[in-house]
Amino acid sequence: MSCIQTIADYGLRSIGIGERLLPKTDFTLCQQFTLIGSGMIWNVYFGVLALLAGFLLATAVAIGKGSRHLIFRKPAEWFIFIFRGSPLFIQFFFAYFAFLSLKGVSPVFDPLTSAWLGAAIVLFLNTSAYTGEIFHGALKAIPKGDLEAADAYGLTGRHRFRRITFPTMLRLAWPGYTNEAIFLFHATTLVFFSGFPAWQQRGDALYYANYFADKTFNPFIPYPILAMYFILLTLTVIWIYGAIGRRLNRHLPTEARRPMRFRPTLIR
Amino acid sequence: MFSTCADPSTLDGLSWLACYLTTGKHMAFYLSFGTVLLLLAVTAPAALLFGFGGAAAARSRFAPLSWLGKAYTSIVRGVPDIAFFLFFVIALDQAFEYVRHRVKCPDWSEPVRQGNDFVVCTAAKLPLSTSPQWVHETYGFLLAVLTFAIVFGAFAANVLYGAMKAVPRAQMETAEAYGMTHRQAFWRILVPQMWVYALPGLGNLWMILIKATPLLFLLGVEDIVYWARELGGTKAARFTAYPHGDWRLYYFGALLVFYLFLTWVSEKVLARVMARLSHGQATAAGEAMRKAGA
Repeated sequence: MSCIQTIADYGLRSIGIGERLLPKTDFTLCQQFTLIGSGMIWNVYFGVLALLAGFLLATAVAIGKGSRHLIFRKPAEWFIFIFRGSPLFIQFFFAYFAFLSLKGVSPVFDPLTSAWLGAAIVLFLNTSAYTGEIFHGALKAIPKGDLEAADAYGLTGRHRFRRITFPTMLRLAWPGYTNEAIFLFHATTLVFFSGFPAWQQRGDALYYANYFADKTFNPFIPYPILAMYFILLTLTVIWIYGAIGRRLNRHLPTEARRPMRFRPTLIR
Repeated sequence: MFSTCADPSTLDGLSWLACYLTTGKHMAFYLSFGTVLLLLAVTAPAALLFGFGGAAAARSRFAPLSWLGKAYTSIVRGVPDIAFFLFFVIALDQAFEYVRHRVKCPDWSEPVRQGNDFVVCTAAKLPLSTSPQWVHETYGFLLAVLTFAIVFGAFAANVLYGAMKAVPRAQMETAEAYGMTHRQAFWRILVPQMWVYALPGLGNLWMILIKATPLLFLLGVEDIVYWARELGGTKAARFTAYPHGDWRLYYFGALLVFYLFLTWVSEKVLARVMARLSHGQATAAGEAMRKAGA
């Protein structure tokens, strides 16, 4: 079987298009590259969805944590504490079993127990908490002079937030937020190892890499392939976030821009 | 455990629960919390050692060693850590067996990799198939510890490398002016001073390490996640004297609380240590403490 044929058969296998059965014997390099790459669709899907939705909730959580009112501050603090203080792995398990018992109440909750929705919700809440903490730190780091200048110009309330506070917060938080995005993509590999079933063997990249390692008993081929895909993904994330970061900072002289520093502070 | 537990079917309410929570399997579950703490206690120093080696290698003036150190520190950045865990457990196991195979059975002619099988002679198997159960479990645990130490050593190397660079350059220059060799300057000047710069990063790493411990489950160790699935599920419970429904939600809720407590305590302790170390230091935190005191 030629490699083109393999790609046609397995390229979209992870979302259920193409050959139904996974290869069982005589694994070729091409099969491993294709299937693991096909699994990356799920990693990108979970990561992008959680990041986009998480951005909104994170902003709300950050403002809540900075609020003077107890009714806003306490829930935000607890939300951040619970999701940052416990392992994502345990959160996945807990959520899965919680969704399972919800399923018993009413069939409306059926899709929650499948990975595409259930795991996405957990990742969304988790990244919101981590990002919320980063945004909160940035909110506190906004230079006092900027806010005083806004007051002097008569900007108040919603106007001041939209024009001054929010853009400055984003600018300050951006390097940290880039790290968070990278580690969120890494965290998506946990999904199919934590309760959520891979229905009809439609799994993510690590699921297929693990499948090959189990079958061939040779970890030295599938895992480096997976590593290559993830390094590519990481570079893409850095590139996209770098472009947005440059746009956010475009009014500043070059030396005043805060460089992006990659730090492993955000693994869950 | 209690004498009243002899016939569970006659019990109800709290006494049933008390008996249920003290069965032999539950005792194993409680012991596995000890496994997690043991893993933390063993891995943290081991990872620090690996990290120190990596950081020192990255600073080396011998180019290949420096590349090795830098490659080690940067490899974990782009790839999910869980992939490393799954990889190293098999890779290390095969590496050990391969080395033993070469030493113990030198006249073995067939290749080790035969298609999809990894074949070594019986004497090279790790652990030996004749050894008791506890040896198998200990070997699995040791593999897990080594895997954790390698992965977290890379993170620690990253932190320590940064801390070594943060020590003011003038300090090293002074050491050179006094005629110290590179080795002397490294051990007497750099290493004692780098810890205060490294502590925030290492504290962070400790939190990450705590949150990585449930991954033990993926490495095949019977840890708290394993027992929570086992005990909470209906399958195993049906064949005991204490049948119940699907309680995995409660078991994992308990684990969630356990981890929250662990990170909460760590946060408090780390804040204390940091305050202690910053005292009298020429850093921003030390300066703030001085001003607050004055």
